[in-house]
Amino acid sequence: MTDFRLTDSTLRDGSHALAHQFTEDQVRAIVGGLDLAGVPVIEVSHGDGLGGSSFNYGFSHTDEKLLLKAAVDEANRAKIAVLMLPGIGTKEDLREVADIGVQVARIATHCTEADISEQHIALAKDLGMETVGFLMMAHMISPEELLDQAKLMESYGADCVYVVDSAGAMTMDDARERVALLKANLESQVGIHAHNNLSLAVANSIAALDEGVDQIDGCTTGLGAGAGNCPTEILVAALERSGVHTGVDPFTVMDVAEEVVRPLQPHQGVIDRDGLLLGYAGVYGSFLLHAKRAAERFGVDSKDILLELGRRGAVGGQEDMIIDVAVELERQAAESQASA
Amino acid sequence: MGSGNIGTDLMYKLLKSDKLSVDAMIGIDPASDGLARARAEGIETTHEGADWLLERADDFDIVFEATTAGVHRHYAPKYEQAGLRAVDLTPAKVGPNVVPVVNIEEAINRPNVNMITCGGQATVPIVAAVNDVAAVPYAEIVSTVASKSAGPGTRQNIDEFTKTTSRALEEVGGATVGKAIMILNPAEPPIIMRNTVFCALAEGFDEEVVAKSIIDKVEQVQEYVPGYRLKSDPVFDQGPYETPGGSAPARVIALLEVEGAADYFPPYAGNLDIMTAAATKVGEAIAAAQTEASS
Repeated sequence: MTDFRLTDSTLRDGSHALAHQFTEDQVRAIVGGLDLAGVPVIEVSHGDGLGGSSFNYGFSHTDEKLLLKAAVDEANRAKIAVLMLPGIGTKEDLREVADIGVQVARIATHCTEADISEQHIALAKDLGMETVGFLMMAHMISPEELLDQAKLMESYGADCVYVVDSAGAMTMDDARERVALLKANLESQVGIHAHNNLSLAVANSIAALDEGVDQIDGCTTGLGAGAGNCPTEILVAALERSGVHTGVDPFTVMDVAEEVVRPLQPHQGVIDRDGLLLGYAGVYGSFLLHAKRAAERFGVDSKDILLELGRRGAVGGQEDMIIDVAVELERQAAESQASA
Repeated sequence: MGSGNIGTDLMYKLLKSDKLSVDAMIGIDPASDGLARARAEGIETTHEGADWLLERADDFDIVFEATTAGVHRHYAPKYEQAGLRAVDLTPAKVGPNVVPVVNIEEAINRPNVNMITCGGQATVPIVAAVNDVAAVPYAEIVSTVASKSAGPGTRQNIDEFTKTTSRALEEVGGATVGKAIMILNPAEPPIIMRNTVFCALAEGFDEEVVAKSIIDKVEQVQEYVPGYRLKSDPVFDQGPYETPGGSAPARVIALLEVEGAADYFPPYAGNLDIMTAAATKVGEAIAAAQTEASS
């Protein structure tokens, strides 16, 4: 019996960092390694969830359904999970992945919009999948408001509801308060999904565990959106040193990180200024690479794009707003140059 | 038919029309705000639902359905039998999809037409405008609306929005493959409805011609939705792009904002406004054709 259940999302959240270019061979190598290490759940999807392959979020190199078939085929012990965002993916996607052999469906909404997930959570349960409700950008509302939304997801049938720090904006107190309130008031399990913008992903996960969190997400080497996720191998090592039973072999997962995932990583997991700003200003992590690209395309500063997105209250999925903001900044720059 | 938010906003738009007269507002709740407002405008009201309408069918020519898909599916054949033309604002999909500036002629001789979705009304004109002057192997739209402007029906059936809109991008817009994404944004004050339209462009397009076609189409929509506007000139990007509709050397992006006329909804709810404005336009076209036929 482990003290919590680990879900590795390298092949979903990590997909953002690779612009959704994972290949079937890479999926097999990563799933094979994590399965051997004892990671109990492995998530595989486009970074923006099922159906995310698009102009707005980036087209997948390989159809995610093919990647999922490879993952299911490769896993001996681990369950394969998917993420889906109502409004992007549809119920048909859930039916297809259930047929492929996916065992865990994670249904994600912005933290105030849980009621759009009712049909999807109910369908995933009907299809026999374990179902997780995934409340994104959970730093934006109070713990009490978050609890109301979590209760909705629980009422639709979610087996677990996650506190998702999509912007990497939570301090340890923020994480602790939210997890504690949900644990005290829900029958279902509670999970935490942390990002590393403030260099607190492992610390926030451990703080959540102190409050009794049941499920924790990591990504091997931290490969993920924005400044990256909670690095799976570091979380496992830190917890094992703290006497927490993770069920994962620290040495094997370190090998997967070093030998399989790190060579794919486009840049070492450094928290640069843009990554830090996302956490500081509370901006959705997946915007990072899109903002860097738009900055180059329109000759404006990525920092200005990210801060403006924060001011406008952009939520997850609004990648199109990055183009909008960049075009406007370009125009403002041209106007101020003309008037100077 | 329907005295909720959509029906009430529609009533105010129809009252402004010089081609249509609003002769009844039909609801099921005697205490509804919509019915009270209709009475205040001097319109006959009832809370006895569609059966009242069917009994009085000879008094009317057109019924605008702003109830639910279930109600409309049930009554659509009865309306037709009774000689009533139906303009359907629900997702029932009984009749063909219609966008006023693209295929209004579809509406003229059909017993029943469907108004697609708010996102469809906002984005299909752009795809059609591009498709008029260039081949569009793939079109994708992202529609973002204020959380406050999305009622429980939309929220529970968000797949209806994405699927219905995707199909309209193909069937009405002319894209080979269409994809629609919907986002709800809870920011306060509520955000104005915004839409981003991406069209993949096949070999052989002319940037200036494509841009002009888009800008002209926006002006046509502005005739019935004054708050419909481009946030910038169309943006062209060089690919190549491997899209679900095939590979394309380039794409064009149109960034749109839809501010409502605030007839009943606040101005941010451009998504609701564009539906009722488009339905009014379709009703006017049906009425004009009927008048012509009978004269």
